[in-house]
Amino acid sequence: MIAIVKYNAGNIKSVQNALDRLGYKSIITDNPSDLINADKVIFPGVGEASSAMRYLREKGLDKIITTLRQPVLGICLGLQLMCRYSEEGDTDCLGVYDVNVRLFPPVDKIPHMGWHNCMTIKGDLFNGVKVENDLYFVHSYYAEISSFTTATCDYIVPFSAAMQKDNFYATQFHPEKSAEPGEKILKNFLEL
Amino acid sequence: MLKKRIIACLDIKDGRTVKGVNFVNLVDAGDPVELAKIYVKQGADELVFLDITATIENRKALAGLVERIAAEINIPFTVGGGIETAADVAILIKAGADKVTINSSAVRRPELISEVARQFGSQCVVIAIDTKLIDNEWIVFVDGGRTRTELKTVNWANKAENLGAGEILLTSMNNDGTKTGFSIDITGAVSSNVNIPVIASGGAGTKEDFRDIFFNTSCSGALAASIFHFGEIDIRDLKKYLKSEGIAIR
Repeated sequence: MIAIVKYNAGNIKSVQNALDRLGYKSIITDNPSDLINADKVIFPGVGEASSAMRYLREKGLDKIITTLRQPVLGICLGLQLMCRYSEEGDTDCLGVYDVNVRLFPPVDKIPHMGWHNCMTIKGDLFNGVKVENDLYFVHSYYAEISSFTTATCDYIVPFSAAMQKDNFYATQFHPEKSAEPGEKILKNFLEL
Repeated sequence: MLKKRIIACLDIKDGRTVKGVNFVNLVDAGDPVELAKIYVKQGADELVFLDITATIENRKALAGLVERIAAEINIPFTVGGGIETAADVAILIKAGADKVTINSSAVRRPELISEVARQFGSQCVVIAIDTKLIDNEWIVFVDGGRTRTELKTVNWANKAENLGAGEILLTSMNNDGTKTGFSIDITGAVSSNVNIPVIASGGAGTKEDFRDIFFNTSCSGALAASIFHFGEIDIRDLKKYLKSEGIAIR
């Protein structure tokens, strides 16, 4: 069973819809034992960092997520919350990746919204995906490039489009909204 | 490189797709979900569904349609029409919409923009602006273009951005339905005066119209409805053409 972490973030259902289209059953849950016992955990999210972290702490999910052993995939805000700190709402996050999340400098349109290809890609998630494939991004904050970065993108500044540390995977783009390349990336995760 | 978006708009009335010329004379153009799937296959970058007869009674029906759309398509989509409160937004987001467009209600009660942005994030708040050139001044209209306001378009766009809007969907009523091209004038003015993405709308008739709006303004996307519905322009051909003109296109 795939568990999708339920918290006060927008449009989590779209991840479940994408899994349905790929033929995978999933549950949307904030129950710690469901998360611990799932084969895979997806931590999606569109929303605001500080209120999301508050919700996770209230439910005790902050402690659970960081200790999961199965493959975990953070998406968008999920990626940012898996970092150490976010400038959005001056928020201490989960700290899976020892990385800061910063606001894009206002020298171009923010949010970075739309289809954009990566500069570099590597790792299991991108098997069968080409660097020129466009993926759908919507974000105003970005994770700095680090040793965990597995894909880079450049908008105003170079940033992490995907990250990995052990069983913790994350993408800044929305694979569930990125047409065929996104489906391939989700499938790669589901088949890990 | 961030690509320029080609956005197909579906006007919804009683669960069917329609498109008016200058906001009247509705002609049936089919089932929204089937049409949406065709557009996705053709390579549309995003879809917008506008319920042009939105009422409280059919809000539930719209949510049902949004659920069907969300289940079927794998690209982002925006839903709008008659949204008055953050609770209306919650219903549509919960049904699977990625973004909502708010028009008249935001003009009447601008705090609504902040309320929705706080609750769901700026990225899901698209402020739709219908504008008309009157005595050399672009003026904001509401109520589906029926009611004139006192707002100047660039000023209103600035205010919407400051209140937390994540995107502006700008329709020139002078151009809408005419197939004579987008308004480069007001699209350029709004796009260069706000720091959020602006989508040009109203007036697309040819592939060159899309090229011209991307060449001459910093808009992030261009939206059209009828020319896509009735097969006058195939999105695949349009994107191939724009690429050949050197525009960054998916």
